[in-house]
Amino acid sequence: MEIGKAQHHRDGRKHAAPNPTAPRHNLAVMSFLFLVAAGVVVMVYRRSHAGVQPHLQEPFPAKLSAWRLFVGRAADLHPNNAVVPYDINTPLFSDYALKHRFVWMPPGTSVKYRPHDVFDFPVGTIFSKTFAFPVEGHHGERLIETRLLVRTAARWVGLPYVWNQAQTEATLDIDADPVPVEFIDDGGRVHQTNYNIPNANQCKECHELKKTMEPLGPNARNLNKTYFYAKGPANQLEHWKEIGYLADAPTSAQAPRAAVWNDPSTGDLDARARSYLDINCGTCHRPGAAAATSALYLNLAENDAEHLGVCKAPVSAGRGSGNLLFDIVPGEPQESIIVHRMDSTEPKVMMPEIGRTLTHAEGVDLIRQWISTLPGTCAPALPAGHRGASS
Amino acid sequence: MGQLNAPRSNRDSQRRALALVIAVAGLLAGILSACRHKEEADNTSGVSFEKKLQERLILATPGTVIDLPEGHFHISRVLSLTVDNVTLRGKGMDKTVLSFKGQTSGSAGLLVTANGFTAEDLAFEDMAGDGVKINGGINVTLRRVRAEWTKGPDRGNGSYGLYPVQCKDVLIEDSVVKGAADAGIYVGQSRQIIVRRNRVEQNVAGIEIENSRYADVDDNTATGNTGGILVFNIPDLPVKDGQYARVFNNRIEANNTANFGSSASMVSKVPSGTGLMIMATKHVDVFGNTIKDNHTGNVMLVSFYATDEPIHDAAYDPYESSISVHNNQMSGGGTDPASLKVKVLALAIGKPLPDILYDGVVDPKMKDSAGRVVGEDRICIQNNGAATFVDFDAAENYRHPDRSLTAHNCSFAPLDPVDLPDEDTSEAVPSGGTSTNGTN
Repeated sequence: MEIGKAQHHRDGRKHAAPNPTAPRHNLAVMSFLFLVAAGVVVMVYRRSHAGVQPHLQEPFPAKLSAWRLFVGRAADLHPNNAVVPYDINTPLFSDYALKHRFVWMPPGTSVKYRPHDVFDFPVGTIFSKTFAFPVEGHHGERLIETRLLVRTAARWVGLPYVWNQAQTEATLDIDADPVPVEFIDDGGRVHQTNYNIPNANQCKECHELKKTMEPLGPNARNLNKTYFYAKGPANQLEHWKEIGYLADAPTSAQAPRAAVWNDPSTGDLDARARSYLDINCGTCHRPGAAAATSALYLNLAENDAEHLGVCKAPVSAGRGSGNLLFDIVPGEPQESIIVHRMDSTEPKVMMPEIGRTLTHAEGVDLIRQWISTLPGTCAPALPAGHRGASS
Repeated sequence: MGQLNAPRSNRDSQRRALALVIAVAGLLAGILSACRHKEEADNTSGVSFEKKLQERLILATPGTVIDLPEGHFHISRVLSLTVDNVTLRGKGMDKTVLSFKGQTSGSAGLLVTANGFTAEDLAFEDMAGDGVKINGGINVTLRRVRAEWTKGPDRGNGSYGLYPVQCKDVLIEDSVVKGAADAGIYVGQSRQIIVRRNRVEQNVAGIEIENSRYADVDDNTATGNTGGILVFNIPDLPVKDGQYARVFNNRIEANNTANFGSSASMVSKVPSGTGLMIMATKHVDVFGNTIKDNHTGNVMLVSFYATDEPIHDAAYDPYESSISVHNNQMSGGGTDPASLKVKVLALAIGKPLPDILYDGVVDPKMKDSAGRVVGEDRICIQNNGAATFVDFDAAENYRHPDRSLTAHNCSFAPLDPVDLPDEDTSEAVPSGGTSTNGTN
């Protein structure tokens, strides 16, 4: 199937046709031109057939096309051989952007299954995540940026590529300007914003754990879902096993599965809220990551109520706290700082600090509902040791 | 300019064009020079100063020095640095100004997550959030840096001016911070710290050392803040048990600005008119300071219970102990206490309040069989001239205030000075600060 397709490309190229202006009687010239033409054919064939081209050292390519992750028309994001599309159960909110995720691993390599942490992918692995907004027209989407996360021998590297207006190419821009976008979300609301493309440093802000960059989404619980591949639907973990990308994995039924934040059939309110907080907050708010200084930990593994923010006074939120006293007040979403900060788009107040310019109304609603069901109160108890101090 | 090779027949129009070009050029030059003082964009390649600077920060390699020109540059989004051993250097804290007025994204002016960072001779103004935040760096130097919210004390200002957190080997010197709605210079959850010869004005807290170990805070001027200098240890932080601080040769004067901190912040508990406040910390040596005209109290020594906040952190020690206050000059404090609690105290013992206010809250475990604190755990207060004192007995609601220093007539061996790895080189740089060198 792949070959037939590539031949179609080859046949369509003008270069492949013999040059009609060549002198018929000059055998030498003709043979020369034939050789040139044949060379061009071979080159075109090889280009359209060539696999992914990993670049594991600086300088990284200025053009996204140089990675050859996609074939055919650039904006179609048609994956090259061995480039596998994937999805995750509960994603990070990014101004309602549509996201197209792909992974590629070097031939002969695979990643070992781990039940909880993000998989430790082999050197050469490339993740590609393209952010797009719906637009009217035959294509239906305007591609804004493609973020590559590349596993070099030393470390993961984040590379932001920005799409041109013509949607024919994306160019590496380590500090891209904001992009004005206007779109209608699924709920029919019109949004207008200056979409912020995170710069190369900001990749690290979210992706670093203990000063080491790593992917965030591709863990067992978030990959454990059905994807509609070209060949038909399949569980992603099962599919990765089948194509040799995933080793030592249990069946998908045995693997953990993150709740889909907006699908009650996948988990109760608590599970969905925790899944949402895990991916939207817990990447920084976990031990060893950027917001660990606050001791507010919202990753899924955290089970201590105070670290989760219940009746926890903020440390350095300042005005971000909106003069509220605790991160989460059980039963009182309007008194809870995390709701206040998720609901805001003011730079100093909003959480997450980067990665969005709009409020995720549906996400905030989920957390509101969750907090309103939490038991308990935060009445400031009299300090226990106070009386003891004078005895 | 290449257009001037016009055909001869068009001489007149050529002259007219030339005149026009000159006129336009003159006009442009005029506009440019007029704008230069206000705002300057580095337009040599059509790329904004902001983008160029951020790109230099991203592409820096260890050892890179990024020199910034004189000028007033507008920055709209948080700048960030993740490369070790980079220096960011301007032409002076009043000459190279990065203005974040109207900042559209990010909760700081500059966010550094790298070791060996140095910033020198530049200013950060009007950030949406914090000024310069250094998260988890080893070997941090901020020298002759100004962080300022230019409209003065305002609830809408950012929290911290110069803000190393979870760092090691921190030097902040000859810098200026004004207008922070939390602490001007805040060093939190860090180790090995020198904060010296800085000027902090009109912040809620001038300088705050929090949950940190081994800090020298000396030769600073803290004036016009809500509280001048704070050494705090608070619960619920990943790095706990701050101790060992030397606070010496500072001028802590007239910190009487109304508290404009967010009510959820720890510093919102600090009453206006606080000079030096030491809370729930151990091993603090306070000497050689001039502390005066702080209307609530020149020096306050309190436990965490002073905040009335509940404590859930089982590993937290809320008591202050092993504190020495000696050879300081104090005057003019306690004339007009701000907080309700201290006003109640003033009703109980009369105004002006003494210079040194000690809450007398002691860990029961530290008391001997006679109910006294002895040895290393004491609060020692000696040789402070005419400075007055009260143990105001907070635990019993001021029932037995005690103005006698008898129980506190003691001293500790001096703490070791903080010794930073590269301190010698920093001394070689000429200083424009308010140094009053020498120790007692």
